[in-house]
Amino acid sequence: MTGAQLEKILKKHDNQSSNILAILQDIQASENYLPRKTLEEVSQRLLVPLTQIYHLATFYRTFSLTPRGRHVVTVCTGTACHVKGAASILNNLERELKVQPGETTTNKEYTLETVNCLGSCALAPLVVIDGTYHGRMLGTTVLSMLKGEKKGASKKS
Amino acid sequence: MHLKSPDDLEQFRTRILEKRKAQDTKKRVVLCTGTGCRGAGALDVYDAFKKALGNKSDIEFKTTCCHGFCERGPITIIEPEGIFYQRVTPETVPQIIAETVKKDQMIEELLYQDPQTEEAIPAEKDIPFYKKQNRLVFGHNRLIDPTQIEDYLAVGGYQALVKALFSMSPEEIIAEVKSSGLRGRGGGGFPAGRKWESCSQAPGDVRYVICNCDEGDPGAYMDRSLMEGNPHRVLEGMIIGAYAIGAHEGYVYVRHEYPLAVENVGIAIEQAHKMGFLGENILGSGFDFDVTISKGGGAFVAGESTALMASIEGYVAEPRAKYIHTVESGLWDKPTNLNNVETWANVPVIIEKGAEWYSKIGTEGSKGTKIFSLVGKINNTGLIEVPMGMTLREIVYDIGGGIPDGKRFKAVQTGGPSGGCIPEEMLDLPVDFDALTEAGSMMGSGGMIVMDESTCMVDVAKYFTNFLKDESCGKCTSCRDGTLRMYEILDRITKGEGKEGDIELLEEIGWTTTEASLCALGGTAANPVLSTIRYFRDEYEAHIKDKRCPAGVCPALITYTIDAEACIACGKCKKECPTKAITGEKKVPHEIVQAKCIKCGTCKEVCPVDAVKVE
Ligand SMILES: Cc1cc2nc3c(=O)[nH]c(=O)nc-3n(C[C@H](O)[C@H](O)[C@H](O)COP(=O)(O)O)c2cc1C
Ligand code: FES
Repeated sequence: MTGAQLEKILKKHDNQSSNILAILQDIQASENYLPRKTLEEVSQRLLVPLTQIYHLATFYRTFSLTPRGRHVVTVCTGTACHVKGAASILNNLERELKVQPGETTTNKEYTLETVNCLGSCALAPLVVIDGTYHGRMLGTTVLSMLKGEKKGASKKS
Repeated sequence: MHLKSPDDLEQFRTRILEKRKAQDTKKRVVLCTGTGCRGAGALDVYDAFKKALGNKSDIEFKTTCCHGFCERGPITIIEPEGIFYQRVTPETVPQIIAETVKKDQMIEELLYQDPQTEEAIPAEKDIPFYKKQNRLVFGHNRLIDPTQIEDYLAVGGYQALVKALFSMSPEEIIAEVKSSGLRGRGGGGFPAGRKWESCSQAPGDVRYVICNCDEGDPGAYMDRSLMEGNPHRVLEGMIIGAYAIGAHEGYVYVRHEYPLAVENVGIAIEQAHKMGFLGENILGSGFDFDVTISKGGGAFVAGESTALMASIEGYVAEPRAKYIHTVESGLWDKPTNLNNVETWANVPVIIEKGAEWYSKIGTEGSKGTKIFSLVGKINNTGLIEVPMGMTLREIVYDIGGGIPDGKRFKAVQTGGPSGGCIPEEMLDLPVDFDALTEAGSMMGSGGMIVMDESTCMVDVAKYFTNFLKDESCGKCTSCRDGTLRMYEILDRITKGEGKEGDIELLEEIGWTTTEASLCALGGTAANPVLSTIRYFRDEYEAHIKDKRCPAGVCPALITYTIDAEACIACGKCKKECPTKAITGEKKVPHEIVQAKCIKCGTCKEVCPVDAVKVE
């Protein structure tokens, strides 16, 4: 993140340390993770201890301290999706991509994530690939979608 | 247009209504683009309608947020007849316009079919899912484009605010809310009027009101749908509350995963400002009030009142002990009144129609209606709003349409991770704060997850405990370690390593976690475990003693086999099996080599004739 970009974010939030959560959210949205260098700068600019920033960054689920892959695959593990078989979908993906949730494949292609409910429980179980919702999923369909064998009905959301 | 008095508002409203009356008989297309329908492809349908209708169409096209029947999304309604089309696809859009909109012909395939009578039902109001509901709070969603304040005004919006500001004193409002019997919808069920009163009487000049839209309960999305679909209703409730309490600043705390809610409430705040419902001297009353949005970061515990306030202040969302009440010392140590989205959304109707009218709905101890997200193994998934006192049986069977695939009902889970599972014998229990707590569950914020015979109750307990151990902020030992130890034991049990005494140990840890924890996360964390032990002890025993998972869920305790009689030797499972554990050729029935099987369930998933059995 460039100095000017950070400047803009800080200004948007009035350089206020109480807006730190919103500032981190904006950095995450722009960079897809929280680069250490940027966090150090934020710390110095707002006079918020770096420990406090890391406390926030590791506490909330939305933040990631490492760069994410080109594609983000998110499995909903909310209760409705769980009772409809989300665990088996997740297992299939873990096995196939050889990563655990929160991790990125070594070729930086995929990041596997989980989320607790996307508010589309009627479509359970749900998998989101790069922001596109795929409802009523099966382990095998997700895998073949990733392999590009079959394009699932793509739905804007 | 800035409205400076109640008269201004009424004139403006009259103009809107007159304009609409003139168009009342014209055809209108209403498309739901709420989160549920979006997931099912509503935005593609939206594009198709836009394209088919063009820019200059005299057919009004309108989008709203969630109507509730998400199972059938994307939903389209053709007005003025109120024809209800379900599972609409972009491909069917031209047909809808050509036949229904232009020629008044109904398209059978798009109508909802009653599964029992197999009859097609054209009108929304006749569909069983809607029939037994009382949509006091949620009903307007279907009439409102949340980005258009005129829509809210057309259904009588901000009328209650005028009444509150110009003909009631703050004390009278509080008395009205108190006698309405409204209890907090965020989970605790604390009487709203009493909370308002304490906050209004706490010493100090500066007070805050907060709306809690963190909704961390996985499997629940009522607050989101209200906030997305009818944000002005929530704001109106907050403004009335702020006036009664004496607050001039308010916050709406929305979780980060709800971008549409953030967007819509942001637009609503801006419009309310422009028109004079927010800001200085609201409608000329002399009362000032402003609202700021604060975005959460996706932590369940952030929904707890003191943690939420810490989060708004820019700290980590950790709760604190509540020997000092937040109504006396909350946000920035000032008296603060926090209520849930649905609680706030109930306020306008109470003020408008009066406490006496409102308190006729519901039971002795629980008044009004409650919105639930009815999900899981149920035919009609969606958001429902029912009067308090309705039985769980009516909800599951009459509104929910029962269990799919001819399976047997096993339990319904209410109250989210803090709640418990209620078994079939207790289905006649009414939805009522006290009755549900007595049964070992709780009302919670409104998650209602239906489970059938193929749901393993030990697995469900493990699921919630896993969630809670991850979400525990770690500040107090009993919650941090209690949830972890319970999880470890449950994990062992589901892996076939359970031992004699495990159930008793779970009960003991559960009790300690409940009693010794700082906030209600730990205080209720044992509920999923304790309630499943209470009602489904035999399932625990089957796992521990017989090393068997009766529901066929826990991988370590089940075996997959192929029924040679049923198998048609098609080769599908053999091809898909990730560990090549399946043998057999064309015309030779397949067989699973148990030593290689990792129990991923792929073969069962792909088998076209259901020949794969789980035991
Ligand atoms: C762990 C935990 C999570 C909570 N999450 C929420 C939530 O997401 N939404 C909510 O309205 N209340 C939540 N609550 C309840 C709040 O602490 C608080 O009681 C409620 O928002 C008050 O509003 P009400 O009186 O209108 O219900 C949670 C409580 C706990 C202990
Ligand atoms: S539980 Fe997955 S969308 Fe709600």
